Amino acid sequence: MPARRPFGLTRLFGAFVLAATLTGCAGGVLDPVGPVGANDAEILIDATLIMLGIVIPTILLAFWMAWRYRASNTKAEYLPNWSYSGRIEAVVWAIPILTITFIGGLIWIGSFKLDPFKPLPSKTPAVEVQVVSLDWKWLFIYPQQGVATVNELVVPQGTPVHFSITSGSVFNVFFVPRMGSMIYAMPGMVSQLYLQADKPGELMGESAHFSGDGFSDMNFKVHSVSAAEFDAWAQKTKAGGAMLDRAAYAQLARQSSNVKPYAYSAIDPTIFQAVASQKIAPAPGPQPAGPGHAGREVSTGGNR
Amino acid sequence: MFGKLDWSAIPFNQPIPLITSVILILGILGVLGLITVKKWWGYLWREWITSVDHKRIGVMYMLLGVVMLIRGFADAIMMRTQQAVAIHSAGYLEPEHYNQIFSAHGTIMILFGAMPLVIGLMNFVAPLQLGVRDVAFPTFNSVGFWLTASGALLVNISLFVGEFSRVGWLPYAPLSETTYSPGVGVDYYLWAVQISGVGTLITGINMVTTVLKMRCPGMTYLRMPVFCWTTLASSLLIVAVFPILTATLAMLTLDRYFGFHFFTNDAGGSPMMFMNLIWAWGHPEVYILVLPAFGVFSEIFSTFSGKPLFGYRSMVAATLFICVVSMMVWLHHFFTMGAGAAVNTFFGISSSVIAVGTGVKIYNWIFTMYGGRVRFETPMLWSMGFIFTFIIGGLTGVLLAVPPADFLTHNSMFLVAHFHNVIVGGVVFAVFAAVEYWFPKAFGFRLHAGWGKAAFWFAFIGFWVTFTPLYILGLQGMTRRLQHIDVEAWRPMLQLSVVGVAILIVGVICQVIQLVVSILQRDKLRDETGDPWDGRSLEWATPSPAPFFNFAVMPNVEGEEAYWGIKQRAIDTQQLAPEPDYRPVEMPLNSPVGIYTAFFSTVTGFALIWHIWWLAGLGLFAAFIGFVVFAWRDVHEFEVPVEELIRVERGRRAARDAFLERIRQGEGAPS
Repeated sequence: MPARRPFGLTRLFGAFVLAATLTGCAGGVLDPVGPVGANDAEILIDATLIMLGIVIPTILLAFWMAWRYRASNTKAEYLPNWSYSGRIEAVVWAIPILTITFIGGLIWIGSFKLDPFKPLPSKTPAVEVQVVSLDWKWLFIYPQQGVATVNELVVPQGTPVHFSITSGSVFNVFFVPRMGSMIYAMPGMVSQLYLQADKPGELMGESAHFSGDGFSDMNFKVHSVSAAEFDAWAQKTKAGGAMLDRAAYAQLARQSSNVKPYAYSAIDPTIFQAVASQKIAPAPGPQPAGPGHAGREVSTGGNR
Repeated sequence: MFGKLDWSAIPFNQPIPLITSVILILGILGVLGLITVKKWWGYLWREWITSVDHKRIGVMYMLLGVVMLIRGFADAIMMRTQQAVAIHSAGYLEPEHYNQIFSAHGTIMILFGAMPLVIGLMNFVAPLQLGVRDVAFPTFNSVGFWLTASGALLVNISLFVGEFSRVGWLPYAPLSETTYSPGVGVDYYLWAVQISGVGTLITGINMVTTVLKMRCPGMTYLRMPVFCWTTLASSLLIVAVFPILTATLAMLTLDRYFGFHFFTNDAGGSPMMFMNLIWAWGHPEVYILVLPAFGVFSEIFSTFSGKPLFGYRSMVAATLFICVVSMMVWLHHFFTMGAGAAVNTFFGISSSVIAVGTGVKIYNWIFTMYGGRVRFETPMLWSMGFIFTFIIGGLTGVLLAVPPADFLTHNSMFLVAHFHNVIVGGVVFAVFAAVEYWFPKAFGFRLHAGWGKAAFWFAFIGFWVTFTPLYILGLQGMTRRLQHIDVEAWRPMLQLSVVGVAILIVGVICQVIQLVVSILQRDKLRDETGDPWDGRSLEWATPSPAPFFNFAVMPNVEGEEAYWGIKQRAIDTQQLAPEPDYRPVEMPLNSPVGIYTAFFSTVTGFALIWHIWWLAGLGLFAAFIGFVVFAWRDVHEFEVPVEELIRVERGRRAARDAFLERIRQGEGAPS
């Protein structure tokens, strides 16, 4: 990815306005660690600025008009029958049309430039990560490294990561706010997403689509580490631990929440395709432990 | 015998719903007892419950909407406080309960709060503005209202018997399928929304027909007040899209009851299709709500500026533009589903194009004030609050319509803040403005101005203190519907938001006090002339409260702003128009078929939720019998004698003569 364009004066102003008014946004989507998030945020700020250019004068005009023509101000002219002006009408239609034309251009260019399915330009080949959302945890499979993790994602910094995302149960959305674009995890379908982290650190990942009682615990840690550390981590993980095979997956697919991160030292490489193509049946949903209440079947998850 | 229903359906072990239910049941019993002791049943039955008068039905819709608004607000208080305390802890609401609360909050606020309020306004105002005596199908109208009430009742029964849906205000498949939601919650949702949806569709048909076919002589389309145009646009949308909702929910019902696979995530079902279909209804739905709100503001800006609306034809064009384009934008609810750049571009642009229509409207309201004499009565305060709030809500809305920006904010607290920004700032502010504005027409006295203004300021400030933090939380990466929170950085904004809720509560209290004070001081606040705000459209040409036949003589409209013209002629010539030729009027008879049908719909719905098949069959059959009996009636109208018309009209003319007399003596226009 080419380096980000330096901040222009207007953009600097925009960033200042947003950052100053929204103190405490550090750590959020306006504090990106990679090119996708940076580009998304830039478009968000640009669109805000274009609109503020017209919104602020409009609000001021509204209040000025109401104040100027208040009933007690007898000095203001009174035009009780004035209700049409072709020139004002033309301007009134032109202002929003022009604004939306600008925004429309932004939408068009941005949608194509930042299509989540589009690979990121990079000299280093992308790291493959297969993502499966489950009730209520995330499974990350590294086919190239032959390892898998639950609720913990390790990515090498400065390298694009290609996520192939599906769901083993209901809909979820894979989202690491500081890395950028989110995308749905859907049963029977595979979504593509390319992200990249250019800074080291620990990031928060979450599901951005409600998925049931254990939803609040569907967050995961993202470690952005150097390429060498990433290789070392993969080697260490391979050294010992359980294997992700069909039996382990079946166990994982059962509802559980607040699952502490752990890793699998080896994987059945066909698992992801089998889940995505539903050769492995979707997760069974709630399995009440004891006798339920009429109409209020309580699921197993969600309580801390 | 009783399907899935047994005693374990009552939440004996859950204190919050149990205590709430008991208090509610005691409250309802108390009200019923009071009515019995005071012997009000006869009056209520004759004058309200069986009434087919569009004004009475409108008022009952408003009452239902306000009660549900308070119920939904109680849910909101629990959600905001839960999130503020459940940081690194479990809070006080279990996920099972919290998830029901946010699902109920959304369902109730949109379908049983905002919809009845907006439909109530259309019912009350549009026929009066069109100068007609009732809607096209008065009894049908009553059925529509009672079916809506039936749906609302089912949602509230779920508090005490079983559970409500835990999957959000839209039952997204596959989470809402039996596999993942085996309880009765989703079934409560389905049947409540289906039954009230029939009621809404009835209103849509009724209002479209009324506007198209029932205008008084001289009321051409381009002489209709803008509120009537927005009523027409909104009702057209209802007729166009509510069948989509009905069909979508029917498919989900087949999945859940008969093992179909429309939206299941196995056996070839397509959950993605559910999202498309539900939003093909869901997005126009928000314009169904907000278009009449635009109509309200058009009336208020014009009246309180003492001027005609600026750019009337532009307003009409913008309304119809929004009406059409609103059906082409639904995909912006799931840009993040990976539809591809071209599809996202199309729906991004079509969504932001809506802002052209709303932008034009905002400028036209601003220029309506130009050269005016703006009176800052309570409705005008709400309108100015709306302008500010809605512009910001529009800005964030266009942001969310930009796909790359949406990739960061989809389903976040930013989105939550945005849609509250437009629905509270647009629809709810409009409803409060409209209640202040048309209250005298319904009850014959104005609402107390001081308490109304206090309520506005608390609501306005409370709104911004509640929702600005949510915008910031969204940008901090917080997603919606979290029952507990693991990120410490979100704490300050979550807690600040609760402060806003507290201010909003004060606003609600002011609103209640306003109503009580106004009733106590009703003699002082009496509207003698039928025209308390120096209005411009026909509803002000009849006494307050409006008689059940609306107009003793059908008005004859000779230009835009029908009543303003009549009034100016009277002022110019220093006398009222000559007394007309009174003729007896035919009015529809009251009918209990509405509440009868709704009662058995409720029974049927409840039986279907709990799989009590025999009762469902019985309920359907009984409801059908009601229709048959109604269809076989011989007498459906009665004649209002000329003496009654003359009595009412002469009373009004006396008040208007006194008004002209006051002008002659140089006291100026009425306040």
